Amino acid sequence: MTDATHLPEAAEATETTAPTAAAEATGTLEYAYAVVREADIPRTALEPVRGVAGEPVRAVRHLGLAVLAGPVPAADFDAEPLRARLEDLAWLEGVARAHQRVVDTAGADTCVIPVRMATVCRGEDGLRRMLATGRDRFTAALDRLEGRVEWGVKVYAASAPAEEPPAEPSAAASGRDYLRRRSAQRRASEQRWEHTEEGARRVHETLTALAEGARLHPPQDVRLSGEAARNVLNAAYLVPGEDSEVFAERVGELAGRESGLRLELTGPWAPYSFVAAEGNERAEP
Amino acid sequence: MGERDPVTTAYGSPSAASASSASSAYGSSAPYGAPGGSGLATRGESANLADILERVLDKGVVIAGDIRINLLDIELLTIKLRLIVASVDKAKEMGIDWWEHDPSLSSRARRDPASVPAPAPAPPVENGTSEEAPG
Repeated sequence: MTDATHLPEAAEATETTAPTAAAEATGTLEYAYAVVREADIPRTALEPVRGVAGEPVRAVRHLGLAVLAGPVPAADFDAEPLRARLEDLAWLEGVARAHQRVVDTAGADTCVIPVRMATVCRGEDGLRRMLATGRDRFTAALDRLEGRVEWGVKVYAASAPAEEPPAEPSAAASGRDYLRRRSAQRRASEQRWEHTEEGARRVHETLTALAEGARLHPPQDVRLSGEAARNVLNAAYLVPGEDSEVFAERVGELAGRESGLRLELTGPWAPYSFVAAEGNERAEP
Repeated sequence: MGERDPVTTAYGSPSAASASSASSAYGSSAPYGAPGGSGLATRGESANLADILERVLDKGVVIAGDIRINLLDIELLTIKLRLIVASVDKAKEMGIDWWEHDPSLSSRARRDPASVPAPAPAPPVENGTSEEAPG
């Protein structure tokens, strides 16, 4: 276990003294979760939280920034095993949930810039190199996102009203009746679909006007979301923390106004979807 | 202060969803400021896996650590996942493409069609995406 870098007092030490030679030599792997301003390191929030390998998470400081990180075993997180492990959906899920828990726990107290999952460095030196490399980007993002949270809004098409009217028993319907009924059903379903799409657009426009930023994620599939209804809008909105309540109320109002739609609000999240300036999401490989 | 866990609040006809399987995450705390709108149902449940993956795996600052996970490897993984999560192509196939005409919207929509192979009827893609890999 590394020394008590939890403590603010340790700040100078980590920056000026060489880390223990042993740790560096063996290249302890450090998993990075998020970057904060040095002045905004969460004091206690992270104490009960464990990271992706069940490890405690602490802050490592450098250049006025700090990265929240924890030591992880090379058996899972060195390049080779990590690559293999990431292909295991169950393992991936565990890591993703732990990563998110650390980020959002820290983010409840302070402005955090999440780093992408599976960012692993060698020792605290590696973490500091990472901070130096990304300093401008981290600082710009912190300036831009201070005090903001992300809310997710998904819109689902409410389930179609009894798609198959129970075939009239032995209606002995003529072929023509059958075809007529089928085409009426098709028309109804098309209209429902247009209605749904229009509704989703209205929701998105209304919320975009209310938010500082908006991002669209691809619609979700039932196999991961467990959600049976069709997802027609999957968006994230950047909202000043103090406006959150108004935003949530607005979502509730929209839900009441839009018939045939179901809305789902998630959050507050750390501003994951907004760390990249718009149109710049894939900038750095 | 304390642990924050994004909470899901569902509005509208909750009966449509058979989503109880999506809960099961840690600490399903009370929802944030549940608004007083009508016809709203509140599920005090944590975010589903898709919500989390699309954030932690696909967002966040991309910066090289010392462990060089070839990011393209992760791209392959996310492509596979996205086929599960749902592809933009598939959405378009269903007729959901209105955001493409809105320039103020995410670049994601523009980027995805290029990286996601044509939607197969079933998602288990084994290695059909490997042509994306670098030499």
